[in-house]
Amino acid sequence: MTGPVLSIEGLTLALPPLSDRPHAVENITLKIAPGETLCVVGESGSGKSMIAHSVMGLLPQAVTPAAGQIMLNGRDVLRLDQAGLQDLRGREAGMIFQEPMTSLNPVMRVSDQIVETFAAHNLHSREERKRRALALLTEAGLPDPERLARAYPHELSGGQRQRVMIAMALALEPKLLIADEPTTALDVTTQAQILRLIENLRRRHGTAVLFITHDMGVVAEIADRIAVLEKGVLVEEGLASEVLGAPKHPYTQKLLAAVPSLTPPAPKNLAAAPVVFSVSDLNKTYRKRSLFGPTREVVAADGITFSLRRGETIGIVGESGSGKSTVGRCCMRLIEPEAGSIILGETEISGLGKAALRPHRKRIQMVFQDPFACLNPRQTIGRIITDGPVAYGVPRSEAMVRARELLELVGLSANAIDRYPHEFSGGQRQRVGIARALALEPDVLVADEAVSALDVSVQAQILRLIQDIQQRLGLAILFVTHDLRVAAQICDRIVVMSRGRIVEEGETAAVFANPRHDYTRQLLGAVPGGAAFETASPRA
Amino acid sequence: MIAFLKRFSRNPAAVVGLVILVLVVAFAILAPLLYPNSPWKPVQRPFLAPFAQAGFPMGTDTLGRDVAAGLVHGARVSLQIGVVSTIVALLIGVPLGAIAGYSGGWVDDLLMRFTEFFQTIPSFALAIVMVAILQPQLGSIILAIGVVSWPPVARLVRGEVLSLRSREYVQAAITIGQSTPRIIFSQILPNTIAPIIVIGSLMVGTAILLESSLSFLGLGDPNLMSWGYMVGAGRTRLLDSWWISFFPGIAIFLTVLALNLAGEGLNDALNPRLSRGRK
Repeated sequence: MTGPVLSIEGLTLALPPLSDRPHAVENITLKIAPGETLCVVGESGSGKSMIAHSVMGLLPQAVTPAAGQIMLNGRDVLRLDQAGLQDLRGREAGMIFQEPMTSLNPVMRVSDQIVETFAAHNLHSREERKRRALALLTEAGLPDPERLARAYPHELSGGQRQRVMIAMALALEPKLLIADEPTTALDVTTQAQILRLIENLRRRHGTAVLFITHDMGVVAEIADRIAVLEKGVLVEEGLASEVLGAPKHPYTQKLLAAVPSLTPPAPKNLAAAPVVFSVSDLNKTYRKRSLFGPTREVVAADGITFSLRRGETIGIVGESGSGKSTVGRCCMRLIEPEAGSIILGETEISGLGKAALRPHRKRIQMVFQDPFACLNPRQTIGRIITDGPVAYGVPRSEAMVRARELLELVGLSANAIDRYPHEFSGGQRQRVGIARALALEPDVLVADEAVSALDVSVQAQILRLIQDIQQRLGLAILFVTHDLRVAAQICDRIVVMSRGRIVEEGETAAVFANPRHDYTRQLLGAVPGGAAFETASPRA
Repeated sequence: MIAFLKRFSRNPAAVVGLVILVLVVAFAILAPLLYPNSPWKPVQRPFLAPFAQAGFPMGTDTLGRDVAAGLVHGARVSLQIGVVSTIVALLIGVPLGAIAGYSGGWVDDLLMRFTEFFQTIPSFALAIVMVAILQPQLGSIILAIGVVSWPPVARLVRGEVLSLRSREYVQAAITIGQSTPRIIFSQILPNTIAPIIVIGSLMVGTAILLESSLSFLGLGDPNLMSWGYMVGAGRTRLLDSWWISFFPGIAIFLTVLALNLAGEGLNDALNPRLSRGRK
């Protein structure tokens, strides 16, 4: 077969009336040849997932195809009925989803879920189905496949679940694998493994891959060709080397420029600055009591020690489960540490009771991860920002005047004050979150994955804002992140955590240039795209 | 608000429920104008059949009292008891649930065991005992109904608060130094209003049923004409004078049904993402 596996011609998907734009995607034309990987890149809301879903006939009912056709192996997907679509799903195209937690049935053994795929298409005998399921799981690189095939999804890690999903998607040897942000929910090292797995399977079976992602690093890692989507319009398409090396469209250039470089900027000279915050020998163990069997213990923080100078940013990096967020929350005393001391200015806040702690809380503030959950949906922006000062006895009217100034400081207009959070985008909400933290004029800011939920271009803006504010106000920042690119750009020093312990600590530039610990080396090696963006983003 | 009304009106059953409710409320408010005399007063010969005589569309009861007058005045009693006892139940249930959900740990355990204690006692039996001990009066009936209906509210609010407590905006409120009561009242409870309104509207229906059952057994306030009392009073003559029990029975049925329909509609309109039957 020489023709393309998938060819999308002039596809336009109409959104329901009253949406913010009339079409989810407009006049999209794409082709994927056998064995080719096409990456569709775009920021959130660009319509990239809609394309993937339309190929599988999985569009939400509100979205209707208005024009164009999707030819998958010579059949027009948009004209197929339910039975035709069912036959096509799995056989012609397999799909992997973003959330490995929810894309498997929690009450079925994983091998049975693969057997289901065969059963749905009436293929093979019972014995044969089982044998094939096991072979697929083995090929997908599931460790100890004999045993894990009989496991339930909750017994597997995120990466293992994604391997099961891949085995399932490839069960009927489809010509096309659709991957919708398959590694976004995974740690970098796991992500690197999954990307390698997809790459290997593609080579071995000659499967074409339609890969949807927002991450330019991942694109640089696996794409043969790249299609860039901006607000539903295809703005650029071409070979990976061309698009990444010499982007033509300004939007692509902007996207690439926003990817933070792994090379840290020149360090600030902070030797003379006073220490404003320090933590020593912090311990926290989560215990899960169980009626039967032994108590399960997870060590989230073990002997954590660091200190933060005025104007300095320390990054705590690590994968999920490394305890980095626990440390951040212990510093805020949102979680009670079991041992260790936390000293804020001259006060040891770790020993204080709830009431005694309250007056000191204003000096250490936090910016949260989720721009949607961090603002009370029933309060106006003004109320959200002024609640803090009001809690310390500032009259509401006075606090409102200050809130207007703060909104201007974080790059929002002052009339945002009477509006509600749902009227703002993710990046704008994160600005409000920062304004809320700054309203109390803190000495220390704890940012817990503060830019992880944002698109790269917005991420770059928020990072710049945080740096700018730090310079102006001399804040000390504790920046908790899993993203080494972000850490490289914003942190003066880096603390690498693994399983509750600090495995390496030092100046960012030194750690990146010459990692001493194996784990740090592993993390750095797994950053998608590696050094691909060094020239593309001459920041700092 | 307009979007809310739109979603509500998309559910025809809910609109029907609301219309019936408005009618019942209108009758209750206009009762002194429609039937200025006491509904206890005999006005015609007993056992007058419906429409047998002009001015008595629902006939008279065993003592010659106008059934229609009783019905209209009974609407006042039923609605009053339904609404006030629900408010009592909310006043007990919401704070208990909020404290249990927010505090967690042993406070939660203690309050939930206390709630379960009330849930394990058959609520109607408890209500009968309370009314019997406290004398059948409006106040004691309201109290009894409130006391037996709060546990589901406490459980609901506890669940909501448990899930809201870990939201980042609540954590943010802790870090900006807000006091715990303030966090509960200004950050958490406003976000639980929707399910509380829904359960409240459904509870008014249950409360009306409970009051009717109490009155049916003769445990109602003897000074108040209530639907339950009317059904009870006519039950011995059900075969020959069916209308004495039938009309108040229908009134109870329609009002409770209307409250449930409207409550369901509220639920769908307030939680658009969870509503059933939408595509």
